[in-house]
Amino acid sequence: MPATFIQPEFRVKIDYDKCHKCGRCVQQCGWGVYDFNERPIPHDEKCRACHRCVTFCPAHCITIERNPLAYRDNDNWSASLRKAVWKQAETGGVLLTSMGNPQPYPRIFDHLLLDACQVTNPSIDPLREPMELRTYLGRKPDAVKVEPDGAGGFRLAEGGGMSRNVELATPIIFSPMSYGSVSLNVHKSLAMAAERCGILMNTGEGGLHEDLYPYQDHVIVQVASGRFGVGPDYLKRGAAIEIKIGQGAKPGIGGHLPGEKINKEVSSTRMIPQGTDAISPAPHHDIYSIEDLRQLIYALKEASGYKPVGVKIAAVHNVAAIASGIVRAGADYVYLDGFRGGTGAAPAVIRDHVGIPVEIAIAVVDQRLREEGIRNQASIVAAGSIRSSADVAKAIALGADVVAIGTAALIALGCHVCQSCHTGNCSWGITTQKPELTRRIDPEWGAERVSNLINAWSHELQEILGALGVNAIESLRGSRERLRSIGLDEQTSRILGVKPAGM
Amino acid sequence: MSVTRPRYAEEAPFKIHGGCGLAGICDESGATMSGEDIILAMAVQRDRGNGLGGGFAGYGIYPEFPDHFAFHMMYHDEQAREEAEVLLNEHCVVDLAEPMPTRPVKGISDAPLLWRYFLKPLPGELERLELSEEDLVVRLVMTINAAVDGAFVASSGKNMGVCKGVGFPEEIGHFYRLEEYEGHTWTGHNRFPTNTPGWWGGAHPFALLDWTIVHNGEISSYGINSRYLEQFGYKCTLGTDTEVAAYLFDLMLRRHGLPLELACKALAAPLWSEIDRMPEGERELMRSLRAVYGPAMLNGPFAIILGFNGGMVALNDRIKLRPLVAARSGSKVIVASEEAAIRAVAPEPDVVWMPKAGEPTVARVAGMPWPIHGDLHLTPAEISCAVVGVEDVCDEAVEVTA
Repeated sequence: MPATFIQPEFRVKIDYDKCHKCGRCVQQCGWGVYDFNERPIPHDEKCRACHRCVTFCPAHCITIERNPLAYRDNDNWSASLRKAVWKQAETGGVLLTSMGNPQPYPRIFDHLLLDACQVTNPSIDPLREPMELRTYLGRKPDAVKVEPDGAGGFRLAEGGGMSRNVELATPIIFSPMSYGSVSLNVHKSLAMAAERCGILMNTGEGGLHEDLYPYQDHVIVQVASGRFGVGPDYLKRGAAIEIKIGQGAKPGIGGHLPGEKINKEVSSTRMIPQGTDAISPAPHHDIYSIEDLRQLIYALKEASGYKPVGVKIAAVHNVAAIASGIVRAGADYVYLDGFRGGTGAAPAVIRDHVGIPVEIAIAVVDQRLREEGIRNQASIVAAGSIRSSADVAKAIALGADVVAIGTAALIALGCHVCQSCHTGNCSWGITTQKPELTRRIDPEWGAERVSNLINAWSHELQEILGALGVNAIESLRGSRERLRSIGLDEQTSRILGVKPAGM
Repeated sequence: MSVTRPRYAEEAPFKIHGGCGLAGICDESGATMSGEDIILAMAVQRDRGNGLGGGFAGYGIYPEFPDHFAFHMMYHDEQAREEAEVLLNEHCVVDLAEPMPTRPVKGISDAPLLWRYFLKPLPGELERLELSEEDLVVRLVMTINAAVDGAFVASSGKNMGVCKGVGFPEEIGHFYRLEEYEGHTWTGHNRFPTNTPGWWGGAHPFALLDWTIVHNGEISSYGINSRYLEQFGYKCTLGTDTEVAAYLFDLMLRRHGLPLELACKALAAPLWSEIDRMPEGERELMRSLRAVYGPAMLNGPFAIILGFNGGMVALNDRIKLRPLVAARSGSKVIVASEEAAIRAVAPEPDVVWMPKAGEPTVARVAGMPWPIHGDLHLTPAEISCAVVGVEDVCDEAVEVTA
């Protein structure tokens, strides 16, 4: 019998008439697609369509095509389902995958439309007028308390103002991606970009490498169930601390970084032995209830000198009640990760079938917190496939304070969304620890690419605000009146708190 | 014309684009004037409206009932009146209930039943409900507007009243016989409905307690302003953006105890770049104010006049997208959309100036309480320097040559 029934997904075609026979494709491919025997010889079955070879081929002679192999039509038993069964029959294992849920569930962002001004209220030109995106992440008091300052004016009364908040120049931050799942150069790129853009990067659960210490004021340090790299020094370095309960790509599931990725640097940053698997348990073994979470939140505040502490959860069915509990437990922000959120590795069955869309999660959490009168007590960070500045604007209009981007930032660094992060062979040098691959990202270059993306989206947000006739992001935040739905059922529109187009 | 609140779908035919006109006159000496002046100031701004809404607020007009809450009511029918009166009588002693004095005026038709009531909370009622007098009235107004079909509270403050309806303002003024009233502060409005139909309750001023708002513009941040207010129990039932301004002032001044100047700074917030340049203490104050009251910031074009028992404040949006002119003539402060309105009542004003974006223009009636509430107990003297007073602005004003 053949080793596998699964046929290659792609075909690598080389126009040998144009080929320089330079071998760059062989050198660039992290998947080992190419042999070289006087000319490059591709092995289609290894190709992930990541386009690394295509991008670097000096002769532009490589084309990647979808394998046109026909499967007998069957809407029920799709080719991918058949392949999954074959793979599991061969291995007996859980099917692993990576990045966000690619299945054709509805994308609610694509069914929401933004408003604009005409005549009765003027639009504002962001090229000529101030257009403010500054955002404060963290808890706000119910009201500002002032007292006379003795000179005829006023000053804040003791404790009457905003408690510790993190200032963001634009309401976009980077989502947690651990050192280990991504390379140190990726972490450096994000940290440098965060500093330049006045925003935050997030360590993920893999600790903070000392090379990032210069950027620590722009870093959220994460505390996850594995507690990798967590110590008093770590907690004090961050601008904020984040307790990771769940992840949109794998709600209820822990993490597993294979020993091959635990090199010397990862080992020292994570504080675990080199070469051992880094396993994050599914739950925190000191959080089995909401009161346990409260204790951890306050323990982290005590340990860090009262830094803001956020809690990241996956958007699941009962997300509004969970978020309300988190806010009442003392969190300064709630991070909602929708079911399209990315991952460096997850079981496909979980990624593709668990959780709810972030749009819904934002809407119900924002509404619930308002109904309970505690919306000001915590910021809402929304993530889970924010793909463009339009998604940012829509998420904010639904009620998010800030959005976090992971995949988009990696795409800026070269990621082609081939969904093979878990293999550790990323040809773009992003989700790998192989030195010959990680050196493909120069942090300076990476920081510029990612900064460009943040700046470009920020400019686009300013254009959107100007068209809406407002000149500050807080006037869009939670303003669902500026959204209309198109092609959504009535119930979904009601849950989103958005009127259908035409009303 | 009905007072039943229009439903959203009915709004579309009324989407008429345009603007509005407004005016306010305050005699800081406390001397009173009849309603004729404000009618005149509005009449010359007739072109700023389309006959679908006009109205006035007068302060000091009920000296015979200074401590009673004066409720101006609009009813669709007798049943609505009966239902609303049940609610009023349940919580209050009504010392006088009578139809509003009106006269027939050409151009005014389909008036609802208009009544006014002078009332006080029932003895022991505040203790029983553990509410302040103002909170009880706010609750009553909210309940009637939201729950009694065909009833609408036009105003609910002490020694003041709102007279408004569908028509041009000068017609409305004569309809309500405003020349028979004497007040120290008047505001007026001429409406060009843009986003709500022309119905009696939807005309300006909007009022709660003795706060009144007249507004020109469209508040582009209405969606979040109204959701913010809902958190504090305010129900925005009118489907108009001006309503939120009235409730926001009530929230910040009365319930949060913010000084008027800071409330204005929250509603028309300075730019972050300005805040960053302020001295440290002020910077921290403004940063907190803006971060906490971000959802309350009124964004989009507006000029508003806030009236209250101690005077009035006129305010423009943070980048001045709507006209607002101010003048002083003797002891009177006059503000209006157009200078023509000012000169109609004061042909030779001492000074005329153009208030800056986001900077409040304040008129204060001598001897009247200043709108400071809550735990502050500040005297007007303590805050006078903090508020951009008319005198301060006058220093920079252009002298008017005769």
